Amino acid sequence: MELGGLLTFLVFFLTLAGIYAVMSLGLNVQWGFSGQFNIGIAGFWAVGSYTAAILTTGPSAFHLGGFGLHFVVGLVVAGALSALLALLVGLLCLNLRTDYLAIATIGIGEIVRLALKNEDWLTNGVRGIPGIPRPFAEHGRDLQQLLFLGVVLLTIVIVYLALERARRAPWGRVQRAIRENEPATMAAGKNVLRYRLEAFVLGSAIMGVGGALYAHFVGFISPEAFDPLFTTFVVWVMLIAGGSGNNRGALLGAFLIWAVWSGTQFATAYLPVELTARAGALRVLLVGILLQVILLARPQGLLPEHRPRPIPARSKEPVRRRA
Amino acid sequence: MSLLEAHGIYGGYGGVDVLNGVDLAVDDGRIVVVIGPNGAGKSTAMKAIFGLIRVRAGRVRFAGEDITNARPDQLVPKGMSYVPQERNVFPSLTVQENLDMGAYIRADDYSAELEQVFEIFPLLRERRRQPAGQMSGGERQMVAIGRALMVRPRLLLLDEPTAGLSPRLIDLIFERILAINALGIGVLMVEQNARKALGFAHRGYVLVTGANRCEDTGPNLLANPEVAEMFLGG
Amino acid sequence: MTELLQLVLFGVVLGGIIALGAVGVSLIFGILRFANFAHGDMMTLGAYLALVVVGPLALPMYLAFPLALAATAAVVVAIDQVLFRRLRRTAPVILLISSFGVALILRSAIQLVWGPDNVVYSSAIQLPWRFAGLRIRPDHVTILAITLGLVALLHLFLQRTRMGKAMRAMSDDPDLARITGIDTERVVIWTWITGGALAAAAGIFLGMDTRLNPLLGWNVLLPVFAAALLGGIGKPYGAIAGGFVIGIATEVSTMFMAPVYKPAVAFALIVILLIIRPTGLMRGK
Repeated sequence: MELGGLLTFLVFFLTLAGIYAVMSLGLNVQWGFSGQFNIGIAGFWAVGSYTAAILTTGPSAFHLGGFGLHFVVGLVVAGALSALLALLVGLLCLNLRTDYLAIATIGIGEIVRLALKNEDWLTNGVRGIPGIPRPFAEHGRDLQQLLFLGVVLLTIVIVYLALERARRAPWGRVQRAIRENEPATMAAGKNVLRYRLEAFVLGSAIMGVGGALYAHFVGFISPEAFDPLFTTFVVWVMLIAGGSGNNRGALLGAFLIWAVWSGTQFATAYLPVELTARAGALRVLLVGILLQVILLARPQGLLPEHRPRPIPARSKEPVRRRA
Repeated sequence: MSLLEAHGIYGGYGGVDVLNGVDLAVDDGRIVVVIGPNGAGKSTAMKAIFGLIRVRAGRVRFAGEDITNARPDQLVPKGMSYVPQERNVFPSLTVQENLDMGAYIRADDYSAELEQVFEIFPLLRERRRQPAGQMSGGERQMVAIGRALMVRPRLLLLDEPTAGLSPRLIDLIFERILAINALGIGVLMVEQNARKALGFAHRGYVLVTGANRCEDTGPNLLANPEVAEMFLGG
Repeated sequence: MTELLQLVLFGVVLGGIIALGAVGVSLIFGILRFANFAHGDMMTLGAYLALVVVGPLALPMYLAFPLALAATAAVVVAIDQVLFRRLRRTAPVILLISSFGVALILRSAIQLVWGPDNVVYSSAIQLPWRFAGLRIRPDHVTILAITLGLVALLHLFLQRTRMGKAMRAMSDDPDLARITGIDTERVVIWTWITGGALAAAAGIFLGMDTRLNPLLGWNVLLPVFAAALLGGIGKPYGAIAGGFVIGIATEVSTMFMAPVYKPAVAFALIVILLIIRPTGLMRGK
């Protein structure tokens, strides 16, 4: 099957935007639902990507591999390992105030990246892991890309529906209560630490799955790819722009900001060749300024957080008996 | 015309009114005491006058000038000084430095005021190099009031200056407040130790649920059986 | 033993640099009540502004140093007045996110102008001085001497000047400061001047010690925060002590760990500290 150039680009754009959307949903669980400030997204993303890479590639003299497992297994284990990392980090750090937690999560992100760069036996260090299998590769390039986009979209749908259910369920309400008034929630007998841990772990698991999808999308990963700039920072901008606390906002923000980011990529592509090296910096600069503008003008983002609807008054009619 | 006049003050926290039309007046150089049950809005009224709480309706005038909702740092240069009930000293600063901060807005030499504060509270002279956070409650109260005097105020606002102090210290603080007043400085004071405070007040106001209940001279209120029964504990 | 002492010496130099950064972070946190994630990139800014003076303007470093400090302070104050000031009334986390964004704006602007590659102040190679079996570069001596001088100046500023005392007062209790009539906006500006200048100094020294590149400051942000936390957040003198502890610990750790994990040392110390004593070694906030 042949796709036109524009269509190919669209598929490419949507797939990557979709992966970022998964990340945003994950961050929304941590930040939007339960108010935890995770600046170490890069670490969980990387764990997800490398897990998928190691589990699905063939044997290699340069890194741990040779399992040759199916990519879905990779996705699941990636999510699980990210969750495990989050559990360890969480047990250590989740009692901390926002600022302290932020500092701690930067540390996590950095340590993960350091380990990935340094533990050559596991990851091949800075040289990275090539040849990550592309799912559905046997169907030819264009169909493969379409099918993979389908996988990403399916992941988004599953995660979104699950999170929406969680949000409306008592679990989600407790999270919101903790975020808005922790002492009162504790006084009401809720184990705040357990809820925060659950949110943190769940969010990280989602990020791990997103990371795995990313690995299969790009086919080659190295520690450079997980620069906090293109991971942590961009996802934060997406969530803030779209509306933190709102799952649809997370999705909207991801696609919107990715469009802006890609747009700036186009704009700077027209610059003379000598400046393309600087073009990346210019794009970050522009997105950084965009973030400030958003924070000044509309910090709640495009889509406001869902507010619980008031409980309707009891009906005055007598209860009807079933016939 | 009084030095300070507050008419029909409505205001409170987070959109809910605690004050429901409070009237207060302090004449130049007089001592005015505000008493009432807990939650009556006494401290709130003082904060509203000093610009710490938004006045939703009503007017506040100081020396004839409308100061409704003026900010604290605008009121201090005009001659009003406020001592909050809690957290009223800078704990890591020494006594001397606390007093220096009291004189922050003054560009001139304030050694005369410093001397005056040390005469009113001789203990502070001894302890001038001690961090205020290491002092006992009564000592800290002296630092707090001393700090407020450094700016040579015409009116001193005191929020429960004797809260949590022993009877001996309560008497000492009240006696010092009288000494301050003798210098010509007006005092508006919210107090729980109503009986003792009314004993030397030129005027007293009784506030209940954010509104005026009665007002009279201090001694008259003390003699008032209703007031005595309902509000005067000790 | 000599190897240990040598590492301690390196650690003291690094520690001084981190201390300068940590003091700024601590002051800013105490008075403005937020963790300034742009602090590392403010250090980078200072380093590159000095480069402008030393390079194109071809002036000696002893002139570049004060000029860069002043220029950085000016930029930092401008950022506060244009951006942070408008966000002061919002939730503290918004300020945090904004400072994170400012970090990236500064970094990318620097990369835009100077490119991503390493640069140095001067390509002259310094021969180290030797004594008692230890080596130390003349640059290191300069760094240490000026660091101590800056710390002394800061001490005098905080203890003897009206504005310094007002900064300490506002750090203790901003509400009481306002009640006392202190002009809190002016105190804020002076806080940024102090923090920005100290950050610039730290950045310049870091550039002298290693090389300049746009990630210079971001790479030490974690140790800087660690030092501020160690010393009790909001306590500038504690931050100085914390800086030296982190610096020495980081360097000495290379005796047992691969050097590439040095940043992890600071992080590990943070975690241990926050578990056993969340308020820091000196009682903080």
